Formats: sequence, structure tokens, C-alpha cells
Amino acid sequence: MRQYILRRLLIAVPSLLGISLVLFTVLALAPGDPFAELVTNPNVPPEVAAALRTKFGLDDPVYVRYLRWLAAMAQGDWGFSFVSRMNVDTLILQRLPTTLYVIGSAQILALLIAIPVGVFAATRPYSIFDQIANTLAFIGFSLPTFFTGLLFILVFSITLDWLPFVYTTDIKATGFRWVIEQVRQAIMPVMVLGLFQAASMTRFVRSAMLDVIRLDYVTTARAKGLGQARVIVKHAMRNAMIPVVTLVALQMPAVFGGAIVTEQIFRIPGIGSLLISSILSNDTPVVMAVTFVFACLVVLFNLIADVLYGWLDPRISFR
Amino acid sequence: MAPLLEIKGLKTHFATDDGMVQAVDGVDITLQKGETLCVVGESGCGKTVTAMSILKLIAMPPGRIVAGQIMFEGRDLVPLTSRELDDVRAKDIGFIFQEPMTSLNPVLTVGEQIAESLRRHEGLSHKHALARTVEMLKLVQIPNAAARVHDYPHQFSGGMRQRVMIAMALACKPKLVIADEPTTALDVTIQAQILDLLQDMKDRFGMAVMLITHAMGVVAETAQRVVVMYAGKVVEEADVESLFDSPRHPYTQGLIRSIPRIDLDAAHKTRLEAIGGSVPILINPAPGCRFAPRCRFAFGRCAEQEPVLREVAPGHRMACHLGDTQGGTP
Repeated sequence: MRQYILRRLLIAVPSLLGISLVLFTVLALAPGDPFAELVTNPNVPPEVAAALRTKFGLDDPVYVRYLRWLAAMAQGDWGFSFVSRMNVDTLILQRLPTTLYVIGSAQILALLIAIPVGVFAATRPYSIFDQIANTLAFIGFSLPTFFTGLLFILVFSITLDWLPFVYTTDIKATGFRWVIEQVRQAIMPVMVLGLFQAASMTRFVRSAMLDVIRLDYVTTARAKGLGQARVIVKHAMRNAMIPVVTLVALQMPAVFGGAIVTEQIFRIPGIGSLLISSILSNDTPVVMAVTFVFACLVVLFNLIADVLYGWLDPRISFR
Repeated sequence: MAPLLEIKGLKTHFATDDGMVQAVDGVDITLQKGETLCVVGESGCGKTVTAMSILKLIAMPPGRIVAGQIMFEGRDLVPLTSRELDDVRAKDIGFIFQEPMTSLNPVLTVGEQIAESLRRHEGLSHKHALARTVEMLKLVQIPNAAARVHDYPHQFSGGMRQRVMIAMALACKPKLVIADEPTTALDVTIQAQILDLLQDMKDRFGMAVMLITHAMGVVAETAQRVVVMYAGKVVEEADVESLFDSPRHPYTQGLIRSIPRIDLDAAHKTRLEAIGGSVPILINPAPGCRFAPRCRFAFGRCAEQEPVLREVAPGHRMACHLGDTQGGTP
């Protein structure tokens, strides 16, 4: 098992190298660079701008710049943000906890809704409960988060004035009040993301359960007189959760992507809004670093999915 | 002596888009303590549905027991809820299923799957349940049982899995074991071993066995009494000797003639007989005898009047108009 994980991590190195190469090339080919504004700024003499470009190596060929970036990365130097005037790694570490807090809570909410609802719906297919759950799920994943987000703001912040619609990291409160505020401002983004996730997950859990619930071994379990709850949870769910866990793990990168939109709507100072603002201000080192972090997350969650799969299903062995 | 199990007029129907399928339509089966009863019939004749109805293991909906009684030790099981039946399942009536490859849960160890019913019905602790499980696995002759108890089903062969299924069904020492085609999915040598094992277990525990099969060879080898089913009804019932010596119902006669004979020398060998046609669709079946369309002896009355089970010799009952003196003769 440990050997398997180690080998998978080693295999991840070349793929991450490939990803970084592609990312770097695309960003280098993209129009605009951090000093584009300096050139057009009449207060900056052209020779100063040129000197700056030479100093940061922007006029070197792409492969030289890539190798330089790679060498720096290998030493743990993520680069310097031209806009924020700070190291990229400090910047990312500043933003990451907020994103993880919101996305993590949304995922937990999604699972807390999807698993019970999906399982219950599958035990009573085509019942009233199932029909309602299906309809709501269909609506849920048909509505994009930028729509539900605005709808939530309109209803809960503007009309009812229950919740704040701008997310702040510097809450002016301490102790218990701080916790309350922290939770209050996270409610809407977590609901928007979580419900969207829950909608598609519910349908998936339901169909995974339906696949399993008619199988022979579930009948065997019923014949043992274990009781409905035990048969469902221990015998059917254990098996149905195998594909669900894989799906959830593999969806995580997409969730990070989807969170970019939500972070924009609620002004959450997370890693997603950092990416957007860096792209808009041509802050190449930050764009490079954030996309690279996303790439690492994809590789990591793929590995987690595979490990979980093997852990849940004894028929799969790690070799 | 009161019978252990008495099924009276059982009707189990299934709702489908095309109408009600009358899968089991008025079945009477009686089983004495310690007796081995074989239920035979071709695929789709309702033998599995009858067995599954006893413990309400059929999918409900679409299935439903619409009429009848299932008396087990003097108590009717039909009105019981699934929850009330849980105390009977495995504890009093054990079940062995047809497909050992799919009837075991792939993500739980075989030991856990046996031990859980011991914990449920006998209130054993984890440790004691495990010890009993190992003991059961030894009884069904699984080599190295103490270690294999922690293995998963995919680590066992088909025959070994069926042994595990038998151990599971017998763990709580039930008074009745229902085996639904326990050997159909296995190859011939393993079939014989499993049947021997069942016989062994029966000698040891003294339970009654209801063996569902479509193989007449299995019937001849194991049964004391035989119930022949056709299209959701019992057509003949007799002890095994009289059934093979003097089958009365044309369907039973056809079944017996369809067994390959190795005792005849080449000169006397004839083409193996088959019963022409196939089982009728059981949605709004035609009145009269359900076998009539395939019966070579069918006559006028067969299409009009449904034959009822009647005693033709002591302990030998059948449902056919042939030789019935009360009506017209062919």
C-alpha cells in the first residue's frame, strides 16, 4: 500500500512537469505582460521600462524562462507578484484557507444532503418522496451557481436583510461573535455551492443504490433477518458508496473551478478570486502558480480516489 | 403430527405494465419435520416465487401475496410484517440461493456474513460468533477454516462459496432450510459434493429441507417427497418412489421421459423426448388446464374446466382430468 502510493507520487512528477510546461507556454504566448502598463505610462521613461524587463528576464526566450521558473520552483521559490508586491507562496497561503473553508463546508453539506436523500429515494423508487427529490435535484443542477448566488443575495441580503453578502476576512469582532459572523457570512456561498453539488450527487447516489439494491446479496442479507436499516446501510450502501466516493474525489478539481464563480459573486477573498484578479492584471507569476496548484490538486485527488477505491473494494489490490 | 410448514392456496401475483402476472396461483405444499421435499418444474413455473413468498423475499412491489396461508409451526406467516418476519428469517427458516457467485456480499468477509446472523439471532458477542462461524465453516468442509474466515467471497471458488452459503443458512440451526436450485450454477462433480454435504448437514441437524430444482436427477437422489409444479400450480405430489414408478400427470411423465438413460444398451436407445411448446404467459391465463395446449392427451374438458388436485393413491395426488371417473371420459 505504502509502496503503491509512493509509486503513484513518483509517476505524478512527470505529469506535473508536463502540465507546468504547457501552462507556462500558454501564458507566455498570451498577450500582455506585467509591464505592459509601464510602457504606455508617460511618467515612466522607456529605458527604465526596458531595464526592468531585462532585470526580470522577460525578454529571454520562453524555454530559458521556463527553466528558470522550474529551477526556482524546485528550491521552493514560487515567484513574486508584481501587483500585490509580495511572494506568490505567501499570497496563496493567505487565500487558500478561505477557499478550503468554503469548499469543504459546501462538500460536507452536499454529502449530508445527497447520501440520505439518495439512499432513501432508492429504497422507495417512484414514491412521492422519490419524485419530489428527483424534481428538486433536476432543478438544482440545472440552475448555474451565478444565478442561484444572485437570487440568494437578492432574497436573503437585500429583501430580508438576514445575511451579509460581502465576505470579509477582517471581521471587527472577537471571540464568540467572530465565530458567529464567520459562519453567517459563509452561509450563502456554502449553500449555493453545496446545493448545486448535492443535486447532481443525489441523483448519482440514488442510481448507485438502485443498481445495488436489487442484487442477490441484498436478498441474502434480508433472508438473514437483519432488519431493513441494517440491510440497507451495511450491505447495500457499503457497495453503492464505492462509485460515489470515486466520483466525489474526482469531482473535487471541478468543484474548485466552480468555486471561482461563487467566490466572485460573494467577493470571497479565496484562491479563485485571486486567479481572476491576477489574470485581469496580467500578474503572470500568480496565474502560473494558482493554475499549477489546481493541477496538483487534480493529481492528488485522482490518487486519493484510487486509494479509497482499493480500500472500499477488497476485490481491488494494489500492485 | 402437525406439519412443520403448510402452504395453503398461496397466490403471489406481480404487477407489470402488461397486467397481473399470476406467478403462483393457488399452491398447496405440506412439509413434515425432518422431511426432504423437492419442488420441481421448468423455469418460470413459480417454484422460486413460492419459496421466496414464504419469507417475503420477493420484491414488494411489484410482487404481492394476494391470497393463501403459510402456516409455519402453526403460525400464519402471511400477515406478518417484514420486521416481525425478521425473527423467523435465518433463525427458523434458512435460505440457500441459486447463485453462489452473486449471493455473497463482495465487500464483507465471509466470516462477517455468517457471524452477523449469529449475533442477530443468538445474541452472541463478536468473539463467540466468530468461533461459531469457524466451527460452521469446518462443518461444511472448508479447509483451513480458521484463516479463511477472514477472506472475501472473491477469494473462494464457486463450490466453496456455495459451502459458505450452506454454513450461513445453517448457522442458527433452523428447523427448515429452503434451497433454491443450490447446484444449478455449479459443475457436475461439485453438484454431487454439495448435495452430499446438504444430506450430511440434514443428518447432523435434523432440519427439514425444501429443495427447489429443475433437475430430475437431483430429485431422484435427494427427495423423500416431490411436488411437481407447472405454470404457477401444483400438478402432482407423491413420494419419490411412486412418482418415478408411476407418474400420473402427463407433464410429470414428460419430465421423467426427458431424463437421459444410461442403463439402456445402444440397441434400445431412442431419441430423448422433449415436451413440445413452452410455458404459457401467466397474464390472464386461459380457463381450463394450463398444461392442455402442450398435452398430448388433452380432450374437450381440459380447455373448459380446471382440474383440481385429487388423491389417486395413498399420498399421491395430481391435478388432471385423465382417469377422473366423475366427469366424461376421453
